[in-house]
Amino acid sequence: MGMVPRSVSAWCYAALLAVLALAPFLFEWMEQPFYLDLLSRGLILAIAVISLNLILGYGGMVSLGHAAYIGIGAYCVGIPAYYDLYNGWLHLALALGVSGLFALVTGAVSLRTKGVYFIMITMAFSQMVYFIFLSLEEYGADDGLVIYARSEFPEWMSMDGATSLYYWIFILMLLSLFLINRLVHARFGRVIVGSKFNEPRMQALGFDTYRYRLACYVISAMLCSLAGMLLGNFAGFISPDMISWARSGELIFMVIIGGVASIFGPLIGTLAFVVLEEGLSAITVYWHLIFGIMLVALVLFGKGGIHGWLSMLDRKRVEHD
Amino acid sequence: MTEHLLQVSSLNKHFGGIYATDDVNLAVEQGKIHAIIGPNGAGKTTLLAQLSGQIKPDSGDIEFGGKSIIHYSMARRAREGLARSFQITSVVMPMTLLQNVMLAVQGTGGHSFRFWAPVSDDREMRDAAMASLAEVGLDDRADRVAANVSHGEQRQLEVAMALAMKPRMLLLDEPMAGMGKEEGAMMVEILNRLRGDKTILLVEHDMDAVFSLADKLSVLVDGHIIATDTVEAIRNNLEVQRAYLGDSHA
Repeated sequence: MGMVPRSVSAWCYAALLAVLALAPFLFEWMEQPFYLDLLSRGLILAIAVISLNLILGYGGMVSLGHAAYIGIGAYCVGIPAYYDLYNGWLHLALALGVSGLFALVTGAVSLRTKGVYFIMITMAFSQMVYFIFLSLEEYGADDGLVIYARSEFPEWMSMDGATSLYYWIFILMLLSLFLINRLVHARFGRVIVGSKFNEPRMQALGFDTYRYRLACYVISAMLCSLAGMLLGNFAGFISPDMISWARSGELIFMVIIGGVASIFGPLIGTLAFVVLEEGLSAITVYWHLIFGIMLVALVLFGKGGIHGWLSMLDRKRVEHD
Repeated sequence: MTEHLLQVSSLNKHFGGIYATDDVNLAVEQGKIHAIIGPNGAGKTTLLAQLSGQIKPDSGDIEFGGKSIIHYSMARRAREGLARSFQITSVVMPMTLLQNVMLAVQGTGGHSFRFWAPVSDDREMRDAAMASLAEVGLDDRADRVAANVSHGEQRQLEVAMALAMKPRMLLLDEPMAGMGKEEGAMMVEILNRLRGDKTILLVEHDMDAVFSLADKLSVLVDGHIIATDTVEAIRNNLEVQRAYLGDSHA
């Protein structure tokens, strides 16, 4: 396996990653610092969407409560910061620990259900988190909480400054892609994918599918909490609004736009979503309507999302060869 | 004393007023092919589902290799060496034949909480899977997607997956279901090759196949086993002919 891309889609992804890697310099040269803000937010969401794709795309577990883990990650920065605890490692450990534990408990219950019930129960748990944070007067309740400084890390990996934070986000996003790529092609991933299509068969083959699906759910949640931790730092502000179920719905849309069960799908889906949202809202206040119609069209006609279209190019080229 | 690998005693299962399994006693000898025949709705698949752990019986006991497995989950029974194939083809359709069989091999190889090494690089697993595919004559189609091969080939894949689990016993639920004459003959040949090597409990509708394969036959009618004997004896048993053969040979 060489490092040279072998298909149209692979070339596209390689080019995209190259552009993302150079983005801060590119935007500086264009004198458009706002774009870096937009891209930072997009890549943070991409991490959340990549994590959601692991359970939704590969595992067939449609969670309508994934935004809860963004919220948990963000509050694991915000609440310590409220007490002047800015140690980044503490924030990181809290985000991973709390989200992992919460996912273990709620996943253990949710994964006893299937289909629509799973969707509803994951949504119920995330609404629970939403209302808990909403009721925490000490931490601003529905007004939210301002974070005055970023998580503190050693000098060489500091988050301070827009460019440094951007590279934090970019590198964590890259690591997420890499992690998922390893995971789904390893034994663990095969069991997850097999269980999505035919769970009784997997059990008949000797796999306790419940345990594997639960582990998958926990991994996904912990990864998503990293997005929350970054979002808290990026926005400098957290509120229960981050957790509402509508947010979770958006994450699902981003997965579908990009293409479920593909490595790069979530990344391009999220970027497309964020860019469209920004572009359309600049044109008209009724952008939600246009956006909605586009999404419906995509779901009806564009099976496989953007990744699916790119893969069609690959196939065409193979036929021509 | 002959050694019984599988011993079913006083197994009962009813759904409402219907006795799907009615006081079933069954003993399958090591290394033999034991067939269960019976008219539609006699409870054959329900019986297999209880043996494999998919359905819990109301009462009775199932011993496998000398110990009771009645409280084991489906996955645990599979790991103990009791492999089941399904009447309705049940494979992972979007995966290739090889990937399907590799899953079966993986199921035998300890836990799968292995997050890093790609499965496709696992030569040992690949070779084991290819060997099982070769046993059913599918090795030349290993990279075809399961959804795109013929029904008969999917049935063969079912058997290959069951074999790849290196089971002590195979529970085969109508392996010839929906097969043409040629495909059916091929399956008989495949199962014949396993004779003596594997203990098999076979549920099958195709009478010719059953008579040519089975060492022993049990006849299931309305959830109850009315006779268990050699193929010859069953053929000549009048009661059986009325209950079963009469139906399909009329």
